[in-house]
Formats: sequence, C-alpha cells, structure tokens
Amino acid sequence: MNDIHNQRRSFLKTSLGVAAVTVAPGLLLFDVAHGKSEAVSSKVRWGMLIDTTNCADGCHDCVTACNKENGLSGGLAPTDSQWIRKIEIKDVSAGRSFALPMMCQHCEEPPCVDVCPTGASFKRADGIVLVDKHRCIGCRYCMMACPYKARSFVHEPLHNQNPDVPRGKGTVESCTLCVHRIDAGKQPACAEACPNKSILFGDLNDRNSEIAKKLRTVASVQVRSDLGLNPGIHYQGI
Amino acid sequence: MSTSLNSKYAALQFKNRLYYLLLAAGGLVLLAALYSVHMMESHGHIITGMNNQIVWGVPHVFAIFLIVAASGVLNVASIGSVFGKAIYKARAPLASLLSIAMLAGGLAVLMLDLGRPDRFMLPAFNFNVTSVFAWNVVLYSGLFGLVVAYLWTMMEKRMNVWTKSVGLAVFAWRFILTTGTGLIFAFLTARQAYGSAILPPMFIVLSFAWGMAVFHMVQTVMYAWNDKVLDPAIMERKKHLLGVFVLASLYMVAVYHMTNLYFAHKTGFEHFILKDGGVYPTLFWWGYVVLGNIVPLILIYLPGLGSKISALAASLTVVLGGFAFLYVFIIGGQAYPLDIFPGFQVSSTFGDGQIASYTPSVYEILLGLGGLAIAFIITTVSVRVLNFMPHDKPYIAD
Repeated sequence: MNDIHNQRRSFLKTSLGVAAVTVAPGLLLFDVAHGKSEAVSSKVRWGMLIDTTNCADGCHDCVTACNKENGLSGGLAPTDSQWIRKIEIKDVSAGRSFALPMMCQHCEEPPCVDVCPTGASFKRADGIVLVDKHRCIGCRYCMMACPYKARSFVHEPLHNQNPDVPRGKGTVESCTLCVHRIDAGKQPACAEACPNKSILFGDLNDRNSEIAKKLRTVASVQVRSDLGLNPGIHYQGI
Repeated sequence: MSTSLNSKYAALQFKNRLYYLLLAAGGLVLLAALYSVHMMESHGHIITGMNNQIVWGVPHVFAIFLIVAASGVLNVASIGSVFGKAIYKARAPLASLLSIAMLAGGLAVLMLDLGRPDRFMLPAFNFNVTSVFAWNVVLYSGLFGLVVAYLWTMMEKRMNVWTKSVGLAVFAWRFILTTGTGLIFAFLTARQAYGSAILPPMFIVLSFAWGMAVFHMVQTVMYAWNDKVLDPAIMERKKHLLGVFVLASLYMVAVYHMTNLYFAHKTGFEHFILKDGGVYPTLFWWGYVVLGNIVPLILIYLPGLGSKISALAASLTVVLGGFAFLYVFIIGGQAYPLDIFPGFQVSSTFGDGQIASYTPSVYEILLGLGGLAIAFIITTVSVRVLNFMPHDKPYIAD
C-alpha cells in the first residue's frame, strides 16, 4: 500500500516538474517579446509630423534605420521591399526643390483595408495600419488601391528575419510605424534616426502632446488630402 | 466491306486519333502551367516580370479575359431563355458549357498567381464585406453553381419547366458579375487609368463581344468536326450580332478615353497610353482598334465577304483584340506613374515619376496559357461525351 502511495507521490512530483519546465519558458518568452496583456485603445491615434524644410538633401538615415530595424535588404530593385523612401520633389513653376520621406500614411480610411478580400489588411484601434501575414493571400489588390504606393510584395524567400518583425514570401507588407517599438514605449526607428529631428512622432489625439501642439501652430498638409482618407502622417513645408 | 465504308471508317479513326492528340496537347500546356506554378511557389514571384510597380501582369490579362468572356458567352443562352429566340435556345447548352469552362480556366489562373495560393480558401472564412474582391468570390462561385443548375434544367427533360426561371437568374447574375469585375478597377480612385464609373458597363459590353466571338469559334469548329453546315441564315444573324457588339464595345472604350482626355489630371495618362507610351499605344491602336475592331467589322460587313471563313476570322481577331486591350488596360494602366504629388516633378528609388518597365517571363505566360488549356480541355471532353451540338428546328421560328 505504502509502495503505491510513494509511486503516486513521485508521479505527481514528476508531472508537476515537467509541467513547470514546459510552461515557464513560454511565460518568460512572452515577457521577453514585450507582450502586453491590455489591448490598444482608440483614445490614442499615432501619427507623425514631418518637417520637409529640415529634411536634408541626400540624407537617407531614416531609410537605413527602417531597413535595419525591420530586417529589409535595402536593395533597390523593383522587386525589393521599400517600406520608406525619399522622394525628391521639384516645383517647376516656382523653381523650388525639396525632399521628403514617404511611407504608409496610416490613413483613418485606408483603401487597402477596404479592398482586402480576407481582412488581412487592418487598422489597429490606435490608427496603425498593418498586414496580418497569416491571413494575406498575396493578391496585391491593396497595392493597386494604395494612393501612396506604400506597399511592397515579398518576391523571394527571406532569410535572417528580425524576430520582432515577421515577414513572409508571397505576402504584402508596408511600414508598421515600428509597432513593436511603439508597444515597447519607444519611437519608430526612422523618427529616432533622423539627424535633424525632422520626424516628430506622437499621439494626435492628445491635445497636450508635442505633435498636437505643433500641428496647431504650423501649416501642415496631408498628401492627397483631396481623397479624404485622413492620413496620420502630416507634412510641413510642402 | 465496301470502299466507301472503309474510307468512312478511316476518317472516323483519324478523327478519333486527332481528338486524343488535341487532348494531349491541351494536357501538355496544362502540365507546363503547373510546372510554372511550382517554380513560382518555390522561387517566389521574382521569376515573373511582375514587380512592386506592375503588380498585376500577364496572368491577370488571361484570367480577366476568360472571366469576362465566360460571362459574355451566356448572352447566347440569355437571348434564348429570357427573350425566347429559338435559334439561341438551341445553343444555350453549348454557351453554358463554354461559360463554365472559361470561368474555371480564369479562376484557376487568378488563384495560382496568388502569392500564397495555398490560402485560396481563406476569403471564404474571413470575408471582408467592403472588398469587391471578396464579393467577386461569391459572384464567381455563384455563377458556377447557377450555370450548372441551368445546364441541368436544359439537359434533363423533367427539369425543363425550370429552364426559364433559372435562365433568368443566370441573366441577372452575370450582369452583376461583370459589374463586379469592372468595379475591381472602378474602385481604384487614386490611379489615373482606373477609378471611373464607366468601367463596369464597359466591361459588360466588352464581355458581349468577346463571349460571342469565342462562341462562334467553337461552334464553327464543332460543325466542321461533325461534317455539318451551319444554316447560312443563322450564321448571318450571329455574325451581325457580333458586329453590333464590336461596335458597341468600341463606343464604350472611346467614351472611356474621351472622358479621361477631358479631365486635366488624366490627360498625361491618356497621352501616354494613346501616343507616347511605346508598346502600349502600338498595342492599343494596332492590336485593339485595328485588329480587334476594324478588321472584324470589315470581315462582317463588307459585301462579298460573308463566308464561314471570314466569320471565323472575325471572331478570332475580336479575341486577339481583347487580349491586346486588356494588356494595355491592366499593364499600361500600372506602368504610368501614380501621381502622388500632382503638379510636381518627382523621383525616388521606388519608381516615383518614372514609367515602370515590365517584361513578362515565360512562367507567367505559361500560367496564363494554362487557363486557356483548362477551358479547352473541359470543352473538348464535354462536347464529346455529352450532347452539346446545337439542334435547330427545320425552320427558323423568329
């Protein structure tokens, strides 16, 4: 009888040990991945104000930082992904040129979300437009619909991915506003890397945030505002 | 056995062999297409000519032609079942078969071109109601089911009483379906080439011409194969109907370009597509306007050219013109740079302000041809094992 009790005790001990060893790394990894238990709130709307007058000609630090942060190759072939690019703009009649970074504009009414057949393109409550890589079927309709040509299609197999930024061959991707950094309380990589501090990131809904204050005081525009999409990215000096 | 019987037997045997040869040829093209899909699956779309600027290429030209023609070919059936014309009623089963065959081919190409073709069932489970693509998933599968039911009501005597009502449903459904196909482009507001309310009706009228042309080609081959002669009166009517459809579609395309020319923000695109864009104006004027419209209209309406051959040639040129039109519309429409900063000159590392270049690779061409092969195989096998040959009454009732 005692023998049976002992066996049962040791079985329970072993089982508990195995369960702990199995579950613990998961819990630890969850913490390591900065997983947050609370959902994002629509009280926040993340956005940017980009000062084009300060955006230096020939400087590509934002692009380089984005590529590094998100594990992009940095290749410039038409089949390579470019989440952010510098556009050189020339106003022929005024004889003025300037440059600005262009990326996903994180629209309030994103056409990519409207056209996506599976709902893979979606807008988070805090205004960040993302692609669910597990749902994207790679039809590229969102690329046709985006007025800013902000999206790229992964044309070939990927290697050495950044674990924080999963990507997938045959799916569409674009600027995530560095959602993994935002969730960890940090700024998007491009904003942090800009040597002239031309990219101001913050909560558009918070009247006391630096970005909201500046938007009230400086003249800014949203690109293709005529389309009525209300992008989260604002530009100053166009 | 007499000599005449012997020669008849030899002719039958030849036809039998030819049939299997044709089937094998279709199968071979399909195999090549599947090989291309495998290559695209393992290497990614890098092996196609498509890129981040031209996101839809030759596979979409084939797929959209097949889907649009699949809807248009049902016109023949609708004139029979909805408007009660006897010579069209006799052709409704063949028209329905062609519709199913082309729909299957077109959808296969569309699905196999996806970045993740393994997820093709996902839209069924994660349906986004605001997506016209998602609507089309319902519209395409719905048409498939409806046309199968329509065929059943026609080919099964006991179900004949339902033919008219199911035919009416097919009639309505295909209008909505082609509207849906046009809307895929009509909803792209930001692109100069698209975003126009005229596109859905334009696609409907184009579908009439393309569907009629495909129907006429298949019917001519079937009559020749079975050593039958199509009643000249019937051919005359079909030919003229094709002529009317060609004229109507040319009118719609002209209005589409004229309205674009009138809007200042679209004139740059129109100059590109009609005049300065290299391969695109050439394909538009010579491929679509001349080969796809002028030549068939001459073949149809020029007195003394009413033969079987000229009607067949007219149909073939309409089909080729259709492909030329879609190449210009889909690929040319994307090649012209997206105007993100109207009024400014722009340049970037991502093709802003530049005409995008596109050279289709052999893989995507084979994939497109695979769609044709699917339609061909379904049609060839079906007309052999089932009775799809039109049976006209000894007199023309209407």
